[in-house]
Amino acid sequence: MSNESNGAGAPEHYAIGISFGNSYSSIAHISQEGKVEVIANEEGDRQIPSILSYVEGEEYHGTQAKAQLVRNSKNTIAFFKDYVGKSYDKIDPTPCQNSAHPTEKDGQVVFRVQDKEGDEPSNVSVSEITTRHIRRLRNSAADYTGKNITSAVVTVPTDTSSEQKAALSKAAKDANIEILQFIHEPIATVLAYDTRIPESVRDRVIVVADFGGTRSDAAVVSCTGGGLYSILATTHDYDLGGKDLDQVLIDHFAKEFEKKHKSDPRKNDRSLAKLKLESEAVKKALSQSAQATCSVESLADGADFRSTVNRTRFQLLSVKAFQKFTRIIEEVIKKADLDVLDIDEVILSGGTSHVPKIAENVQALFPQTTKVLAPATTTASLNPSELSARGAAIQASMIQEFDKEDIEQSTHEMVTVTPHTQNPIGVQVTGQAKDSFTVVIPANTAVPARKTKTIDAPEGDVLLQVSEGDREIKVTKPESKPKTNGTKDDEDEDDSDEDEDDEEDEIREKVYKVKKQLAEFQFTGLKKGTKLEVTVNIDSDLGVQITARENKGPGGIRGTLAAPKPTENGST
Amino acid sequence: MSTTSKVVPSPEGFKASDDSNPNFRSVSSLSNGVMRTIEPVGPAFMAFARRKRLGRTFSEDERIQQQSKAKKVEEDDDGEISEPEDPLMLARDPKDWRGQDHYAVLGLSKYRWRATDEQIKRAHRKKVLKHHPDKKAAAGEDDADGFFKCIQKAHETLTDPARRRQFDSVDEAADVLPPSKKDIQKPGAFYKKWRPVFESEGRFSNKQPVPRLGDDNSTKEDVERFYDFFYNFDSWRSFEYLDEDVPDDNADRDHKRHIERKNNNARRKRKTEDTARLRKLVDDALGYDERIARFRKQEKANKNKKRDAQEAAAKAEAEAKAKAKEEEEKRKAEEDAKAKVDKEQGKKAKEAAKNAAKKNKRAVRSSVKDVNYFTAGEPSPSDIDNCLNDVDKVIAGIDVDELAALVSQLEVAGKDGGAVKKVFSDKTSEMVGAGKLKDSELKYFKLS
Repeated sequence: MSNESNGAGAPEHYAIGISFGNSYSSIAHISQEGKVEVIANEEGDRQIPSILSYVEGEEYHGTQAKAQLVRNSKNTIAFFKDYVGKSYDKIDPTPCQNSAHPTEKDGQVVFRVQDKEGDEPSNVSVSEITTRHIRRLRNSAADYTGKNITSAVVTVPTDTSSEQKAALSKAAKDANIEILQFIHEPIATVLAYDTRIPESVRDRVIVVADFGGTRSDAAVVSCTGGGLYSILATTHDYDLGGKDLDQVLIDHFAKEFEKKHKSDPRKNDRSLAKLKLESEAVKKALSQSAQATCSVESLADGADFRSTVNRTRFQLLSVKAFQKFTRIIEEVIKKADLDVLDIDEVILSGGTSHVPKIAENVQALFPQTTKVLAPATTTASLNPSELSARGAAIQASMIQEFDKEDIEQSTHEMVTVTPHTQNPIGVQVTGQAKDSFTVVIPANTAVPARKTKTIDAPEGDVLLQVSEGDREIKVTKPESKPKTNGTKDDEDEDDSDEDEDDEEDEIREKVYKVKKQLAEFQFTGLKKGTKLEVTVNIDSDLGVQITARENKGPGGIRGTLAAPKPTENGST
Repeated sequence: MSTTSKVVPSPEGFKASDDSNPNFRSVSSLSNGVMRTIEPVGPAFMAFARRKRLGRTFSEDERIQQQSKAKKVEEDDDGEISEPEDPLMLARDPKDWRGQDHYAVLGLSKYRWRATDEQIKRAHRKKVLKHHPDKKAAAGEDDADGFFKCIQKAHETLTDPARRRQFDSVDEAADVLPPSKKDIQKPGAFYKKWRPVFESEGRFSNKQPVPRLGDDNSTKEDVERFYDFFYNFDSWRSFEYLDEDVPDDNADRDHKRHIERKNNNARRKRKTEDTARLRKLVDDALGYDERIARFRKQEKANKNKKRDAQEAAAKAEAEAKAKAKEEEEKRKAEEDAKAKVDKEQGKKAKEAAKNAAKKNKRAVRSSVKDVNYFTAGEPSPSDIDNCLNDVDKVIAGIDVDELAALVSQLEVAGKDGGAVKKVFSDKTSEMVGAGKLKDSELKYFKLS
């Protein structure tokens, strides 16, 4: 067609997903077969260390730069991501102890490194370093995909300020990348799992725990309406991460070395850097195998060091650190005003999630019905280090067709801030046990929402009650005769959670109580085995339409509830 | 809270809240919601944002989504036709329709000569719907139908194939100016800058499709075909559109003819100019085309290769010849040298033989002298003479070998005169017997 050749002149644009972390970055895109592909850089790394190093004016990036931490630490810049968009008095320079130190210039954070040939070191701002880093990532992606990368979706922690986002945008723009959207890391993580099977996105409550290299975050995410995500609570620990586990190993090896050679390698910067690199490798190896060897040539005083550590020893040594990881999960659930029983799924992301013991500890925290997605607990898990890059790539592929303006309008608070239901809405029918409550719309569902549920109805005349419920945790103490509780608890036992009765602990159950009745439906002369289909539709102003009908029956009964008045306090 | 612990009762005494809906009773409204932020991520959010921004409900959104999928056949590129309208263009005088850009008027300036009839039809309809005088009147603008006339004129022109060709011929906005020398400095820029030029020129060709400029990897045949095509360009471009208006019938007939003639001349002139222009354009392109130079170089290299091969063959042949000759000479020289050596050796032998003979002769002669010429006491000169004469005769009569034998016999005889005489007598008698010597000639060694 002659008229199509004209349109082809438009510049080709291609968007990728970038996960820019403090210690590692990853990039991903959607391959032609529609699969998410995490891009390997020229060295074949899919987790690219966010480190840049300068040797006589030559720039090293990624793993090569990381190796320079030993020899050339003064001109190696690492852990700079957290400084982007922050003034000097707001930053925590501890992670940079063993690399180029951040210094102040006009309130801005700069690194004083010798990045050009010559004798005089120059000041390189954080934003400039970020630009260089993103440019390297962009080049790697361009080489891999063979396309001109023009834009990207970047993941950020949930506590990122708008100044930080602006600074990141600017740095990326200098590297010729337009950031289409910033998405929150926990959401990207959930998206990475959900889009594998988009049809089966269930409504659920997810805890996303991101155990990174230097910091850890956790968030409770509610997924409703077939994939609308809202964050219910977040916690951050800025001083917890893989580095703590590294430190455990460093201390262990250092002590062992000291015993033999009477000198502490931690006292010497260079020895420490060597030991640190090797300890990280050992930690990673221990996630894969039961035992790993640490071997460093000329660790200190010219003495070589070689030692083997097994997984059990490592786990014993780092019990305290492991506890901290599980603690932030407990913390975030508490912050969201929820209980472990409310959590349907736990996703562990970040490199530290590879550690099997952490995943096991997390699994132990939750009932067995809760799925914990980590390599150690399920084979269906994705690589936790890649999750946020994957999610970003999925989002990037979805929005790359849109104008920047369009995206901005869609992500505006006018659109994104929306009422969520306070309480679950459920139904009860005549003849059911008294505390049975079939949830149609769970709590924290974004409105407008529409859901349908089918329930069994008894014979004869039936009253169907629609009400707001109240979730309570019922704690049953198996007092003197825990073995016989099968007969004793018969009348108040639900159909769920029967399998934990052998434990000494108390039995915890989730029960719903009617908090506020909303409406009633009457059905007369139902036949045996009839099913009732209830559809609840909530408008954006919280007006409710409920339709109840016999399954496959005609018509049904339709009822409307007026929207609540804004002044009315509905929470009583 | 009293209801919470009870089983839901049977619907006895059920009271409907509204008579029209006897089986439903509303009890209270929903509790107020909690305001939360949804994460703007994922496909579900995109649907949500669409609903919220456009104020649609679930079912409406579904319907519109489905519709937009289904309707695609009907209104495919409606958006592509719409372009902003230049206020200056809207204010154009329809009488000056020749000067207007018909494509721009219909909102097709993106497509120009590429626009299909379907697009023109649709664009026209769209413009009519917008600019119809009735609509203007309804909007309160008084008889602003100028632009509507422009639209009609544009439609009229573009839907008539002949007239559209005339307009396309002079549609300067569709022309692409050839790049300057500076523009094509960068590698690859030649193709990038010249391709649109030839694509735009190609629209005038009677022969379609027009060969393409190609790129760095085009074959020699393709490149030659391309330039041949443009050097023998068969153009339908004509310049009637720029004609001066011919006056009506009732005007002066001579004047009319004059104008017609003038128009014809102008058309011809323009056509010639256009042909010349195209020729120059192709010349320029050819001049800048690196491929041509490269092909020439290759050809030259090929030719050189042939010549070199020939030269090499000739050289080899000459060398072989020279070598043969040299060998021949060498052989000859060797032969000569050998002959010479042989000759010299023969000479020497001869001389040696001669010397030996001389020596033998001398020995023979001296042998008779040693025995005092067979006389006792002092020999008389006549005895000596006779004896020597005989000896000489013997010597002359025998050859070298016999002489040597004689000498050895004489040596055995020593200085014994009888023995020596016997030797000589034996010899002479042998010689006489052989007829080499006559007995009468001998004086001394007579057989007697």
